[in-house]
Amino acid sequence: MAMLEVKNLGISFGGLKAVDDFNITIEKGQLYGLIGPNGAGKTTVFNLLTGVYRPDHGSIHLDGASITGKKTIEINQAGIARTFQNIRLFKELTVLDNVKAGLHNHFRYSTLEGILRLPRYFKVEKEMNARAMELLKVFDLDGEYDYKASNLPYGKQRKLEIARALATEPKLLLLDEPAAGMNPNETAELMETIRFVRDHFDMTILLIEHDMKLVSGICEKLTVLNFGQVLTRGDTAEVLNDKRVITAYLGE
Amino acid sequence: MKKNNKLFLQSSITYGIVIGCWVLVQILSATGHMTSLLKGILVPLCIYSILAVSLNLTVGILGELSLGHAGFMCLGAFSGAFFTKCMEGSISSVQIRFFIALFIGAVVAGIFGFLIGIPVLRLKGDYLAIVTLAFGEIIKNLINVMYIGLDSTGFHFSTKDTTSLGMDSTGVVIIKGAQGITGTPKASTFGIGVILLLLTLVIVLNLINSRTGRAIMAIRDNRIAAESIGINITKYKLMAFSISAALAGVAGVLYAHNLSTLAATPKNFGYNMSIIILVYVVLGGLGNIRGSMIAAVVLTLLPELLRGLNDYRMLIYAIVLIAMMLFNSSPKAIEMRAVFMEKVKKNKNAAKEAA
Repeated sequence: MAMLEVKNLGISFGGLKAVDDFNITIEKGQLYGLIGPNGAGKTTVFNLLTGVYRPDHGSIHLDGASITGKKTIEINQAGIARTFQNIRLFKELTVLDNVKAGLHNHFRYSTLEGILRLPRYFKVEKEMNARAMELLKVFDLDGEYDYKASNLPYGKQRKLEIARALATEPKLLLLDEPAAGMNPNETAELMETIRFVRDHFDMTILLIEHDMKLVSGICEKLTVLNFGQVLTRGDTAEVLNDKRVITAYLGE
Repeated sequence: MKKNNKLFLQSSITYGIVIGCWVLVQILSATGHMTSLLKGILVPLCIYSILAVSLNLTVGILGELSLGHAGFMCLGAFSGAFFTKCMEGSISSVQIRFFIALFIGAVVAGIFGFLIGIPVLRLKGDYLAIVTLAFGEIIKNLINVMYIGLDSTGFHFSTKDTTSLGMDSTGVVIIKGAQGITGTPKASTFGIGVILLLLTLVIVLNLINSRTGRAIMAIRDNRIAAESIGINITKYKLMAFSISAALAGVAGVLYAHNLSTLAATPKNFGYNMSIIILVYVVLGGLGNIRGSMIAAVVLTLLPELLRGLNDYRMLIYAIVLIAMMLFNSSPKAIEMRAVFMEKVKKNKNAAKEAA
């Protein structure tokens, strides 16, 4: 069964069909790329998948269960986590607390237990710290765990966002332009990280990216969006050599 | 883990300051150095500190500007005083009545915080500030026209005057409109005030450094991201808002039992009061619990201590306000402070190496 199955998804804002008749099928463990020119509707697709927008029509199934029209937190609990194009970290919190916020629904104790500092508080907090440090280690952020998130260098902020998303234990990870604003070295490192996340966490990943080096380097399959509609889809090499994709997006 | 120890140390310093102040006051009064002016201001100091700390939970931690904090204090004050007045006959011990009143004041203010929070917290920024301001005023004005009496047949309620209550000969008017409640026992003491302040600090600091606090601060820093990682925005916003209101209610009960007459005037429960509390919070630093407590104490003491200077009193008060604001918030001052701390650190390290 496919991990994500989207059929006839569409939404309009006023008279503009931002996304129309969008279909995508992602198998478990796949690294899938969503590309297309600016304004093609890529981020809108992400917003539809994560419940920020409610689709006008169409259906979304995650791992066999319908998540169409559900709220953002329900969709996160169902197993989709995301990062944002413009980084959205909890700036005033420490690096560790950012990840611990991601663990919110998986390590529980009540507010009262927290205020009264009952034994459960110490036990769960200890488990949370251990788990969060484990995740930070994966992204080589464990040395900066007590930094304020806003004090991290740009590349590390991107990584922290991925770590926070993974903390919610998703089945599907959506990355919105993870390499935006990164230099070639950072991008190369990020490619390694994304591949590592897929293998290490056995994760299914859908990513939006403009950096063709990254896309051709790690994505197995691609879907190309143009003016809100699917231009073509298929294996990466095939799609990138498609005449229509070159005309619409890549350029001669 | 190292981080937990640091948090523990920070909270301990805060509790230590409060206990230290209490000890200092005890020593001063034992050696006869307390003026009657200072004695009179001890309980208000606790009240304002509790208010500042509780408002910081809404403004600094939740990140929503609330201008109706005095309204919740007002609710706590009147419900607490109402209870002590009603139970005058049935519970003879003033202390026990006062403790139950504290609890009732907190619960009533908390419930109203919750109810008001449902519509209000859908708004953001300036809009939220304006609506909370309105709610604060509404609460105060409603209490001003409320007449409640108690006789052998039960409670009587009116919004006109005492005669329209229609009570029999045993009737006692408890809340008398704009005149409020008279004859509340003077049960608030500095000791109780300090204990309540410590309790407030424990609740707020422990809340901040827990799973709940993290969720609340995550919402403050980025609502959309918080939602995307599965944090229930409405639940945690309401929780922070009602806990903040309940603590203001406690301060209100303390206030009501510090005076023999309780009336809702613009001066004590009005818009001005809300602003003054907000000033404590902003000057002490948004999200800085210890800071807001210190700001409340300094800014309450200052006008009293400067009484001898008559006309220059408010001038100096204003200058202190501006100086504190610059010291706390101006980028230049923050930079200078960072440089200074760096130097201190270096000197310390140098001293260590030399030794």
